[in-house]
Amino acid sequence: MLQAWKSFYARSDPAKAYSLLSPALILVTLAMLVPLVLMLSFSFFTQVSFTEIDYSFTIQRYIDFFQKNLLVSLLIKSVKISFIVTFVTLLTAYPVCYYIAFYVKKNKMLWLVLLTLPFWTSYLLRVFSWKIILGTKGVINSSLINAGLLNEPLTFLMYSETAVIITLTHAWAAFALLPLYVSLEKIDFSLIEAARDLGLSRLETFWKITLPLSLPGIIGAILIIFIPTVGDYVTPALLGGTDGRMLSNMIQAYFGKVNNIPLGAASATIMLLTVAIVTMVVSYTTKQLSQRIS
Amino acid sequence: MNDSFIQINRISKHFGNVKAVDDVSFQIKEGEFFSLLGPSGCGKTTLLRLLAGFEYPTNGNLLLDGIDITALPPDKRPTNMVFQNYAIFPHINVEKNVQFGLRKLGLTSDEISKRVKDVLSLVKLEGYEERFSSQLSGGQRQRVALARALVRQPKVLLLDEPLGALDKKLRDEMQLELRTLQKEIGITFVFVTHDQQEAISMSDRVAVMSEGKIQQMSSPNELYKNPQNIFVSDFIGETNFLKAKTESKDGEYINVNIENLGQFKVKNSLNISENSSDVICSVRPETMMIDVEKSDWDICLEATIKQTSYLGEMTKFYVETKEIEKVITVSSQYFDNQSFKENKCFISINLNDISLLNKK
Repeated sequence: MLQAWKSFYARSDPAKAYSLLSPALILVTLAMLVPLVLMLSFSFFTQVSFTEIDYSFTIQRYIDFFQKNLLVSLLIKSVKISFIVTFVTLLTAYPVCYYIAFYVKKNKMLWLVLLTLPFWTSYLLRVFSWKIILGTKGVINSSLINAGLLNEPLTFLMYSETAVIITLTHAWAAFALLPLYVSLEKIDFSLIEAARDLGLSRLETFWKITLPLSLPGIIGAILIIFIPTVGDYVTPALLGGTDGRMLSNMIQAYFGKVNNIPLGAASATIMLLTVAIVTMVVSYTTKQLSQRIS
Repeated sequence: MNDSFIQINRISKHFGNVKAVDDVSFQIKEGEFFSLLGPSGCGKTTLLRLLAGFEYPTNGNLLLDGIDITALPPDKRPTNMVFQNYAIFPHINVEKNVQFGLRKLGLTSDEISKRVKDVLSLVKLEGYEERFSSQLSGGQRQRVALARALVRQPKVLLLDEPLGALDKKLRDEMQLELRTLQKEIGITFVFVTHDQQEAISMSDRVAVMSEGKIQQMSSPNELYKNPQNIFVSDFIGETNFLKAKTESKDGEYINVNIENLGQFKVKNSLNISENSSDVICSVRPETMMIDVEKSDWDICLEATIKQTSYLGEMTKFYVETKEIEKVITVSSQYFDNQSFKENKCFISINLNDISLLNKK
């Protein structure tokens, strides 16, 4: 019996694959699939009173969402902030990765480790340290005032959308570095030399060769930053003030203080769908764009 | 034809402490098939990259057709390169790869499609326009790389070991094709290779490089028959070295005393006049004779066969003699590894086949 099982296992690739996958599969099922199903179910219920929930099926919560201007505008703002964060991160991370991939000859790993060094501390600590930099009596404002350049502190720096964008950009930069670096590193440098040899300037070579070939990394970086930042609530809660509030802060409130779990679940589901749609549109258009370039 | 089409004037290229190219000067003729030959690390690829504009020289200058190109970037030079790994752009198809270099030449779309069509037929790749690099064999990729460079009608085509990745049969075919193609279109080819057989069979002239310097530059025949030093003699083909001392000069000949063999009169190709200077006598394996019986050649030695390698069209024998301490290599088309029963043989040398080399 045991012998037969061993022989079956040795010959069956699917059996090996599933046994290797099973720890992850179990974890994903328990920690992801179950909560997701719960969230979806709750979005179709009704909060009757503070403690009581009516479990009969209704889509009224989704109608509620779109009838509340605040929620819709917070959704739009969340997506907008995420887009800006993604764009700024790409713009700052890409040149760094380009430099490491093509111009650093020795100790590339050291460069990458040094770049990710700030990310060895916790996310919360990094958010708080931005408070020290951006605050009314923070590093920027006090040095500008001491230098005599300002009479009053810049207020848009703290408890604002700007603060959220700056902090999120910094917080997620490391996650953009790695996919970008990997895709640039894979580009054979002789392709770039070949383009120059065939008469293209440095800039043209970048548009025609480097950028299209690093596209997988760009898409990877976009998704890896966009998806988690849309739903981020720590940074807007700590640094956003009223101006920088995002939809996730509202969702948190529905599950907590406001205690309207079904509306919170419906808002979360809508956000999930928005992220999914944006993700698909972004990767599709980026691919189309690159085909047009070449 | 312009004899100094490409002028390389005292070019050096240093990478830190390494002198990849060390004060090299020579000229390449217009329409010539010129090869840079040498072992890896000899500076041949660096020299080619200097010509392409991927590196800039530490010292010296480069002239192409009378114009100083030393400081020009690659896109401003009338040269094109066939890369060692072909460097076919993987995200566009064959046709777009070939068109790639034509964008900046200011041609009409009719001219572009005509040029692409012509060059694809020249390299026998009609019908492959829509394929991507990943859908092509090594030989086909090589043709795409060739087409992509030739379609720009460069003044000089630079080739960086383009045949290195192909299997032997295909390589032999491509050698012949490249040679024919070059004669047909008349573009100057500068060809880098570490394969001496490749350089010899294709080139009009070959420059043998070692340690950043040119060791010898001449026609393939000259290179094989009259190598100027031990490095060239050893690198081009195979040879046996015998130590010797010069004695008296005798017209075009010189008497030399070959170690343990005695005094012989050989051609004085080095034009040595002084007595008792150390020289090396080089004897190619195929000029010697191996036989079961003694011969009446100028030198005939009794030998023992230590090892043989059968190559089909000929057999190489590695033999030992009482007189010479080193193992001697002799090749024969007549005898093979089964001809000698008891490993006993006689090897013979003709004095005309001995060439003198400086001991350096």
